[in-house]
Amino acid sequence: MARERAMVPEAEFSSYYGRPVIKAPIWHEPHMPLYLYLGGVSGACALSAALEELQPRPHGRLGTLARLGAALGAVLGTGFLIAELGRPERFLNMMRVFKPTSPMSMGSWLLAAQGGLSTMAAASAVTGVLPGAGRAAALSLGVTGPLMATYTAVLIADTAVPAWHEARHELPFLFGGSAMAGAGALGMLATLARPEEAAPVRRMAVFGAALETAAGAVMERRLGLVAEPYRREPLMRAARLLAVGGGALAALSALPSRRGGGRVLGPALAAAAAAALTAGALCTRFGVLRAGRASAEDPAYTIIPQRQRLTAAGRGTEGGSAQ
Amino acid sequence: MSERMGFFTDTSVCIGCKACEVACKEWNGVPDDGFVFRATSYDNTGSLGASTWRHVAFIETPDSWLMASDVCKHCTHAACLDVCPTGALFRTEFDTVVVQADVCNGCGYCVPACPYGVIDRREDDGRAWKCTMCYDRQLGGLEPACAKACPTDSIQFGPLDELLERADARLADLHANGRTEARLYGEDPGDGVGGDGAFFLLMAEPEVYGLPPDPVVTTRDLPSMWGWAAVAALTMAGATAWTRFGGR
Repeated sequence: MARERAMVPEAEFSSYYGRPVIKAPIWHEPHMPLYLYLGGVSGACALSAALEELQPRPHGRLGTLARLGAALGAVLGTGFLIAELGRPERFLNMMRVFKPTSPMSMGSWLLAAQGGLSTMAAASAVTGVLPGAGRAAALSLGVTGPLMATYTAVLIADTAVPAWHEARHELPFLFGGSAMAGAGALGMLATLARPEEAAPVRRMAVFGAALETAAGAVMERRLGLVAEPYRREPLMRAARLLAVGGGALAALSALPSRRGGGRVLGPALAAAAAAALTAGALCTRFGVLRAGRASAEDPAYTIIPQRQRLTAAGRGTEGGSAQ
Repeated sequence: MSERMGFFTDTSVCIGCKACEVACKEWNGVPDDGFVFRATSYDNTGSLGASTWRHVAFIETPDSWLMASDVCKHCTHAACLDVCPTGALFRTEFDTVVVQADVCNGCGYCVPACPYGVIDRREDDGRAWKCTMCYDRQLGGLEPACAKACPTDSIQFGPLDELLERADARLADLHANGRTEARLYGEDPGDGVGGDGAFFLLMAEPEVYGLPPDPVVTTRDLPSMWGWAAVAALTMAGATAWTRFGGR
């Protein structure tokens, strides 16, 4: 029998030749993590587009950009999602049922709504046709947007993958924060030439980076052994550094323009911040997928917590003596 | 609906002949899953998968050889079925869980959702596959191919209630004969998946056979997971409102 040494020295456990108990996620790179990134950016842009409508003088340049970002993110993301399927030609089967027990079914309907509304809002803003319908669509994006950025956390948490399921409290905040950082970064790039317009997107980027960092730190602390794949994943460490560094640079980029002197320094800092935050948001999504795979492939993360649960519940020795 | 049908796999009489693996492939037209020499035991199949619907595990201990034919558990609360976004996975009139190959679009969600690591996607075909408990044979009044082929009746098929009674009697016999390591696995409707339609009599802890000791259907946490996502979404909305209206 395979007696294996666990990652924490004191916990020994049995397994079948060290083979995984559960199947690792088969989702591919770059499709699935890029979809997570694009869906997040689309969601955070959608939220901006909706809030723009509540401004005293809406239809500003930022509002149009937010609508475009929401539409592009949703449309491109859908492309990656379809390419990810084993049978892409059957992607419409997602619309066969409306199934509340399946986060992917709920997500498909949500993505359909987000894609339709954001395309309508963006088309209206660009062409000037049907401004009323465009405004209504943009306001509706305030509901679909934030859900779009966080539902993917429910999707991956509703699996047997220990690093995902056990992180079900923190993952929505990690993804939501990362979405705001990613969308804020794109907004900063779009406002490089007009620093006076950059305050909202800069704040969004800084808040998103802070939220992502905090959620990640809490997650790694609370999960203990199960968080090991996150701690060992180089992309997760890179994501943390890029979020912290990018967030700090974004905050700093506000200072020169306030003093009035930094016509070059401010935009340079903003561009560096945007690059770091975008890279960080991408690293987060790739890192979460890789950590999930590693968590599924090592039977320790499946067996040890389950065994501890049984022991704690006094059910550890049912049916006969232990080995 | 007919009564719930199931498998009782009594591993104490399994001789590791793998007739179940072969019969399953023959009847269901399951392709080969690679010819791998694993060099760990007499088991070169490895694990259940898209093209392995019965898997005979082989464990050599100092005292004995343990052999066990693993299969899809046809859970009472099946995670694969819960998360399937197309309705390709469905519950049959026999209370078993089956994939409709003409509906599955290969999204792959069922694969990491299964707490037993049973269902998988065939990469050349793009769809998810697993044991159907020979749905077609059951419709014709026949028992599944693996149970039919098993030479020692280690694999027993029948109404789940009858199988559970038979298993209790077998367990009592083994315990009376001093085989106190014998235990049932997957028989308890109070477990994390509501009990299995295919349950087992094991001679060691489940993880020794590659089975999870306390499997859970994660969809049972879905309301709370949506709750956390909603709080995160509201946090995003509140924070974004602040970026627009706060500050200056």
